[in-house]
Amino acid sequence: MITHTARPLRVVLYEGNGAIALSAPARAQVMAALLDKGYAVTRATAQGASGFPHDDRSLLVLGQFQNQQAPDLEDATGKVTIEARDITGLETLDIVSLVEKARGNKPMNQPGTWKPWFPVIDYSRCTNCMQCLSFCLFDVYGVSKDGKIQVQNNDNCKTNCPACSRVCPEVAIMFPKHQSGPINGEQVNEEDLRREKMKVDISSLLGGDIYARLRDRSEAAKSRFSKERSADKALEERKKCLTKMAQDGFIPAEVLASLPSPDEIMRKAEEAQAKAQAALNGNGNPA
Amino acid sequence: MSETSPSTKLLYCRCAYAQVVPQSVKDGVLAKLCDSGAGFESVADLCEMAAHRDERLKAFAESTPIRIAACFPRVVRGLFRQAECSLPEDGVEILNMRVQTIDEVAEGLLKA
Ligand code: SF4
Ligand code: SF4
Repeated sequence: MITHTARPLRVVLYEGNGAIALSAPARAQVMAALLDKGYAVTRATAQGASGFPHDDRSLLVLGQFQNQQAPDLEDATGKVTIEARDITGLETLDIVSLVEKARGNKPMNQPGTWKPWFPVIDYSRCTNCMQCLSFCLFDVYGVSKDGKIQVQNNDNCKTNCPACSRVCPEVAIMFPKHQSGPINGEQVNEEDLRREKMKVDISSLLGGDIYARLRDRSEAAKSRFSKERSADKALEERKKCLTKMAQDGFIPAEVLASLPSPDEIMRKAEEAQAKAQAALNGNGNPA
Repeated sequence: MSETSPSTKLLYCRCAYAQVVPQSVKDGVLAKLCDSGAGFESVADLCEMAAHRDERLKAFAESTPIRIAACFPRVVRGLFRQAECSLPEDGVEILNMRVQTIDEVAEGLLKA
């Protein structure tokens, strides 16, 4: 689970009673500048606040207050620190520096320092086949307690690499920051489902049609599976597939350069298959 | 343009971390929101919040009826689900700034 959310304060642009509203263009400019810096901004008007619960521990209220005097504000519950600042006559840049100053040296996630690149599963399409889990070499996928495929380590995902979206037979894997559809989340159409380039045959990567076998619970099928699977072949096929995707310009060359060692790949593949097998067996334990 | 019912919450996503929403559309929609009398919430990037399992997403998901200006509805629903706070089926309208026009999105947000 990722825990490094750093959001030290929420900015409230207050234009309710007791404050003079900004002009519409000035308001849009201030909001855009703060959002582009990574702040969350609430616009509160005489019509009411935004109506969302204020769950933040720290609020910075900006307004053109009467007599240019920011009021003393206090949260009745004592849980939220509220500070108010008067912004009368300030330009957008001055307002941004005022907010930055109020934040002080508290860390904050900021645009430009990182690209939120990770797969998002459309569960209305996903059939829980586990092919993405077996394919990804960077442990992005995992299985939930109730046996469902899950994106667990999204920070491990290689920026600009949407390779697993090609593996998914249901076109259920989206990368929101991808430029084109259906990977960017656009509606999937029949042609997308048919398009050969969407599909990578995962079974060839792993040496045989393992998924059909995993679903077949008979012991005979399982033992055939373990005998027929060839580690070398799997490795070779996986590399071939990734190289092809890189040549097609579908994944960045850096992804190939950052692949784990062959031994590591095989170890990960074994682990992923054990997880997938357990989930497909529906008992949470590798069979 | 008619005013939104005060109980309908509005959320605007700036898509600031990788900017896949066209700049002119997100600026235009923000300008229209700022031109209206409506109070609203805005965030730098819903994708970034989902990646970090930001708890504020839960507050948004529980604040229905809600209209969200962001991108493809499949993505927005997927992001909330990934952050373990699925958006309910009812009471949520998602406007798509990647494909809809400024006017379509603004009208969808601010309709009565
Ligand atoms: S490959 Fe696609 S359908 Fe299969 S589990 Fe992954 S997301 Fe679901
Ligand atoms: S939810 Fe859509 S609009 Fe918002 S940051 Fe992600 S891709 Fe951009």
